[in-house]
Amino acid sequence: MPRPFTPKVVTANLLREGDVVWLTADDRWTLDMAEAELIEDEAHAAVRLLDAHQPLVVVGEYLADATRGPGGPEPTHFRERFRTTGPTNRDHGKHAGQRPGPEA
Amino acid sequence: MYQYDDFDTAFLAERNAQFRAQVERRLDGSLTEDEFKPLRLMNGVYLQLHAYMLRVAIPYGTLSSDQMRALAHLARTYDKGYGHFTTRQNIQFNWPKLVDIPDMLDHLGTVGLHAIQTSGNTIRNVTADHFAGAAADEIADPRPVAELLRQWSTDHPEFQFLPRKFKIAVTGSPNDRAVTKAHDIGLRMTLRDGRPGFEVMVGGGLGRTPMIGKTIREFLPVADLLPYCEAIVSVYNRLGRRDNKYKARIKITVHETGLEEFSRLVEARFAELRPLFGGADQDVLARIEGMFADPAFRDGGAAPSGPPAFRSWVDTNTVAHKRADHAIVTVSLKAHGATPGDASADQMDLLADLADAHAYGELRISHEQNVILPHVPQDALPAVYDALRDAGLGTANVGLASDIIACPGMDYCALATARSIPVAQGLATRLDELKLEHEVGALKIKISGCINACGHHHVGHIGILGLDRAGVENYQITLGGDGTETAAIGERTGPGFAYDQVVPAVERIILAYLALRAGPQETFLDAYRRLGMAPFKAALYQTEEADAA
Repeated sequence: MPRPFTPKVVTANLLREGDVVWLTADDRWTLDMAEAELIEDEAHAAVRLLDAHQPLVVVGEYLADATRGPGGPEPTHFRERFRTTGPTNRDHGKHAGQRPGPEA
Repeated sequence: MYQYDDFDTAFLAERNAQFRAQVERRLDGSLTEDEFKPLRLMNGVYLQLHAYMLRVAIPYGTLSSDQMRALAHLARTYDKGYGHFTTRQNIQFNWPKLVDIPDMLDHLGTVGLHAIQTSGNTIRNVTADHFAGAAADEIADPRPVAELLRQWSTDHPEFQFLPRKFKIAVTGSPNDRAVTKAHDIGLRMTLRDGRPGFEVMVGGGLGRTPMIGKTIREFLPVADLLPYCEAIVSVYNRLGRRDNKYKARIKITVHETGLEEFSRLVEARFAELRPLFGGADQDVLARIEGMFADPAFRDGGAAPSGPPAFRSWVDTNTVAHKRADHAIVTVSLKAHGATPGDASADQMDLLADLADAHAYGELRISHEQNVILPHVPQDALPAVYDALRDAGLGTANVGLASDIIACPGMDYCALATARSIPVAQGLATRLDELKLEHEVGALKIKISGCINACGHHHVGHIGILGLDRAGVENYQITLGGDGTETAAIGERTGPGFAYDQVVPAVERIILAYLALRAGPQETFLDAYRRLGMAPFKAALYQTEEADAA
């Protein structure tokens, strides 16, 4: 039995800067995961991953598990959570000031 | 120290120009990411969790003050004001933009540093004893040989696409501070008939399948070193498995082939290669040795007295120099609660200034993620300590429980399965609260954030391995590892611990040691070897045996 599809976001790193970004529903790359498009259909996810193949803009695009939160998509795995917040040992990631801190 | 000649300078400039053009072609679409990735990796550029990362080699851990200032400049100009010294005597910059990296490499080139072969399936940065050239117990300075190996292995046409990465470590001392037995080739200097040579060990390594290196030659004359190493790598290049990434390191090749047969093949290849080395390599070595002459040591005076904090720092952070009027100072990058191995740009500049003022312009980086001032006159120790203390670098904990090795883990690394830095921070903070680590004495805690074991957890007296268990960070503990000449792989205690339970777990082990040891002279490792796993395990898992102990 294939595993049931779970909601996803498309994420990548900017080619020039390396910043973590997410794909929005209106085809922008955003630094804020909450603005990302939450994809709840498997076929649509495959199409959006193809849309995200923009080799002059981003690198390493992939589908990451996410869930619907009060302010927009939120990560479900700690790895993706750290990508949204930056390192937990320092408060100076791309998202400085928004991270949960070392005890997260 | 080694001084670049015109050939070296031209080689580096050409290589940097090539990489600059490769970056430009990637940005304009002439190169795909698949085409570009191996090129950037060959120049030390990774894409990590949050950003690009540039890994710069610090050959055999030796830096001049000018080189340290160049690293500070990169940290300040292109990063977020700090760099991370690694367990392989490299420094990693965690936040460079791809478009800036060619400029970073050009700046490094002005001081004879580069990032070549800090990634990829090549011979990586040759590492060495961080006290090389200064240690009282040293037969001879191993760095000239390390430099010879570096020159031989850099851009070696036969060894650019090995089955897997390849690491060489060298020590000139019988007391192994370079973890030579956990390297693909480990070289330990020995004497025969009054002449130095090397015990050659092969097939050591940590990672998924940890193995202690096996001695393939008890004594190898220095003149045979390059052809013999070339023979080893050549045989590995032919036999090493390319079908399975996890079985591709030479440790697996030696294990599967058997040391006897592997040795026979190496000796046969060596017999072919040795006549091809007509002595030019020894001429190069002689020229290199001339560059590693001792500095013009001044009279360093006698060991000074001072306030208790100073004396504690001297006791903990200095060791015997080969001259009685000098000391080797280890600067701890492990202030309690700080990120192990991180140094700010300002701290790097200060260390460079201190090296110029009090250590003949030399520094070393240890695989234990600390900085060494290798030649400090005894009468300069108070001034060095005062300056370090004022910069937050005066922590007196070298070799103690809070002098923790930790890989970047999931705070930075794309391969990590769990965090390691915050665990180290939490442990060190707790140890500082307990005020026990000086009583505990020598204790090496090493933490890796994945099975690749960059944090050397297998050879920690207490090793911690972070894993992802069903989407939750979980930490396995091993005991009894040892990275020295009595090397051993640690034994796993049992079930792992959640992120918020690992610090209390290690605290229980340490408290058990204090209760179990025969006396203050019995180190943690000695106590473990005498008592075995059982009493520590009982304390760790709080079973009845612990109550009875």
